[in-house]
Amino acid sequence: MGGPTVATNLLAAQYIQGLADDALVYAQRLGEWVSRAPQIEEDMALANIGLDLLGQARALLTRVGELDGSGRSEDDLAYLRDEREFRNVHLLEQEVAGFGFEMARLLWFASYQWELYAGLRTSVDEVVAGVAAKALKEVTYHRDHATQWVLRLGDGTAESHERMQQALVDVEPYVTELFDDDPASVAAAESGVGVLPSSLEDAVRARVSAVVEEATVALPESARWRSRGGRDGVHSRPMGYLLAEMQHIARSNPGAQW
Amino acid sequence: MSADARAATPPAAATPPVTGPRTWPLWEVFVRGKRGLSHVHVGSLHAPDATMALRNARDVYTRRQEGVSIWVVAARDITASSPEERDSFFDPAADKVYRHPTFYDVPEDVEYL
Repeated sequence: MGGPTVATNLLAAQYIQGLADDALVYAQRLGEWVSRAPQIEEDMALANIGLDLLGQARALLTRVGELDGSGRSEDDLAYLRDEREFRNVHLLEQEVAGFGFEMARLLWFASYQWELYAGLRTSVDEVVAGVAAKALKEVTYHRDHATQWVLRLGDGTAESHERMQQALVDVEPYVTELFDDDPASVAAAESGVGVLPSSLEDAVRARVSAVVEEATVALPESARWRSRGGRDGVHSRPMGYLLAEMQHIARSNPGAQW
Repeated sequence: MSADARAATPPAAATPPVTGPRTWPLWEVFVRGKRGLSHVHVGSLHAPDATMALRNARDVYTRRQEGVSIWVVAARDITASSPEERDSFFDPAADKVYRHPTFYDVPEDVEYL
């Protein structure tokens, strides 16, 4: 037999791959800030956050390779998958678009990851539970970093206030996708491997709302258009460019070690 | 090529001037290591205010578990001796060996001396 177990493992692998790809793709985006942030200290901060996420992605991708029966390593999964096989949400693949946008994106994503990992500490998958327990401390800092900046930009000068407000508007169409219950996450929640994304929404929105309010800006109305499909491997235009940059060395030099 | 190519793709909204009135103030950073007894000066950094300075210090100076506690002090709040005062401040101590605790016999079983 073993049939149901294989199917269950495949669904769990798909779910974990979504978590891993979120972390991996955002780590790649945050890396772009090195040498371009407002000050060298902020270069370091964003690079540190990116490296934290990369560490989460490595452990989770390794687990995906074990569960899906393919025997693929973390590197195989990061460098040798094509766009349609990535399961990250659209929010994280969007191009870097200014510091205000980055802090708005980080506030939403870190707030989401905080609730997510808090729930995953009791996952029946030991690797997921272990990653979650460790990552929760990291994400607490990420969320705090974004919070500090949103407060300062929102409640800063007239110009920074306006830009922070615009950044929240620009991020809004990509937020809801974080809380979509795709089939893999429904199955993961039922088996105890994962948590249902929609169950995180209230806590995340409450957290972000409180920060935004204190920063004297406002959350915009729901956008008329909203992103969908990342968890099914359907991505937006920037994703292909991101993967090209992330993967081209590994693909041009197969098996290279450094 | 490189200069033109870079100029053609400026990072959006990520290049404020690094000099002039928008430059963040300087902060001196002190870190207490795990087994250290006191905070030790490790360097300096720029930050818009004390809260952010503490966070920047965490990112810049304690990435490799260097410490368990951080102090930041605005550099402008530090009163320092000047190089011109060096002779009058420090040289007079040079020939006063009696100020050093070297004229005592230390019993062998006294630790930490």
